[in-house]
Amino acid sequence: MPRPRRRRIVTAKRGFTLWALCVFAFLYLPIAVMALFAFNKPSPAALAGFTGSNVCDIPPTQLGNLTVWNGFTTCWFNVGLHDPTYIPAILTSARIAAGAAIVSTLLGLGAALALARMNKFVRVPFDSLVYLTLVVPEIVIAVASLIFFVQLRNYVSFFPPLGAWTVFLGQVVFGASLAMLVIRARFVGMGDTLEEAGYDLGSGRLATFRQITLPRLFPAILSAGLLSFTFSFDDYVLPAFTNGTTNTWPIVLYSAVRFGITPAVNALATLMLLATIVVIAIAGLVLRRGRVSASIETEETATAPVAMR
Amino acid sequence: MARTEEVLESAGRRRRSFSPRYPGWLTTPSLLYYAIFFLGPLAILVAFSLATQTGFDAISYGFDTSQYHLVTDSLYVKIFERTLLMAGGGSLLTILVGYPIAYWMARYLSTYKLLALLLILVPFWTSFLIRTYALKIILDPHGYLAEDLGIDIMYTKWAVAVGLVYNYLPLFIIPVFASLERMDWSLVEAATDLGAKPYNAFRQITLRLTLPGVVTGALLVFIPMSGEYIIPNILSGGNYEFVGNVIGDQFASAQNQPFGSALSISLMIALSGFVALYILFATKEERFGA
Repeated sequence: MPRPRRRRIVTAKRGFTLWALCVFAFLYLPIAVMALFAFNKPSPAALAGFTGSNVCDIPPTQLGNLTVWNGFTTCWFNVGLHDPTYIPAILTSARIAAGAAIVSTLLGLGAALALARMNKFVRVPFDSLVYLTLVVPEIVIAVASLIFFVQLRNYVSFFPPLGAWTVFLGQVVFGASLAMLVIRARFVGMGDTLEEAGYDLGSGRLATFRQITLPRLFPAILSAGLLSFTFSFDDYVLPAFTNGTTNTWPIVLYSAVRFGITPAVNALATLMLLATIVVIAIAGLVLRRGRVSASIETEETATAPVAMR
Repeated sequence: MARTEEVLESAGRRRRSFSPRYPGWLTTPSLLYYAIFFLGPLAILVAFSLATQTGFDAISYGFDTSQYHLVTDSLYVKIFERTLLMAGGGSLLTILVGYPIAYWMARYLSTYKLLALLLILVPFWTSFLIRTYALKIILDPHGYLAEDLGIDIMYTKWAVAVGLVYNYLPLFIIPVFASLERMDWSLVEAATDLGAKPYNAFRQITLRLTLPGVVTGALLVFIPMSGEYIIPNILSGGNYEFVGNVIGDQFASAQNQPFGSALSISLMIALSGFVALYILFATKEERFGA
């Protein structure tokens, strides 16, 4: 009897593994294609009429069909890195995202600390508000923020006009909620025995926080910051309506995607993907070291993102 | 199950009374922030949806429900239907694709579990626009898929569906994986030892125990799918607009802000049941969604 059953389990496992491989292929094929096509040459027809030395000098409108492989070149990386609109937009996005990440993490940290041990009647309404900020469709928030910012400027003279500031102000709402959930999950998970011990041994409130709570929360704070940075950096919809004349990287990308894109964009996206992987790897190493040094931990860090844009 | 939870909870409560509390004012900054920059915009959106457009970019506040009557016009009702149907279909596809892989990770992997989770998450850390654009390269009518395999679905609802599943899959897998991880597999073993067929054991135990995770995950993808703006725009080339695109148009090109506001409020009302359900699940089971 046991034999046929084992065989069935083995085939079930095989089936699931096969399915998983297909899903991974589905997830990674587009990314691989994106990276590969960063090295793509213009179409043969475009090359035929071109006499210069650098094939990437061909104007974007005359590149021909770029969705099939035409040959290998690395010149798009050079073009992308010297583009007059791409790099400033990336820097603008990075600045806004860094600001939003810092403010979001601070707001989220405060709320997480206070809320985790508060009674239900305060916590549940606050939580509902937090989840609401995460699930209201972003397009609704975007147009609402647009009207709000425009109206506010009519009544409050020092309020900034539409631009990087308003993008930042809008993005912090989502970022703070994200940070709050990530930090609190960790805070609740790690229990309070060590804090209690510190307390009992006579260290004050602030000292306990600084020497015990903060170091143990650090992995969660780091991932909360990284998550809000990523969200903000990658966000298109809210900035599209509240940016005024400021160009962020997703806005530049979006118009490129809609109205003809060159492999230079693929090249920059590939470079940014590499940078992201490096950052994730470094963060992973930092988190792992933190976990080893605080080996008393039994709970896993809560790093699963709620990263809905 | 229920008893252990009770015991744990009462233990937690007992311990909590000793523990250092953090002062309540720490919530004030974020509460103020939400009040101004989240509730403020929503309030003014409601006011705008009831206002009257008196000219280009000029508005007088009041209680004018005519914009809402316009929303019930058959053209817009159709767009609402299409949006909800596409989001529903997209969520269903996401469940069908995502559940087996979450199951595979929780059940069969041990050493490589974390790696698999990381591989699921990495696409999520890359640009949403870039990923959608990458799909566009593959689905392009002049690309390999269309020319050599004859699958030319670009600019149709199928392209939008692929885009939805592709972009939201990780968001579904995470909560489902979390609930599968918490599951006690010895229950399944006990059931099969007692003679249950594997399928029945799965249906009556695994599926039932992980259903809250599936519902949370499904809502977590359904709600943003319904408000989707980028995917239909890029992958349908404007042929297959969602409500989000119509709203965007009212503020970008058509400049009928009261109508756009009324559409936004209507979308929120249409989604409110799902949103309430999601919040209920999420606040009940803190670890889901977080």
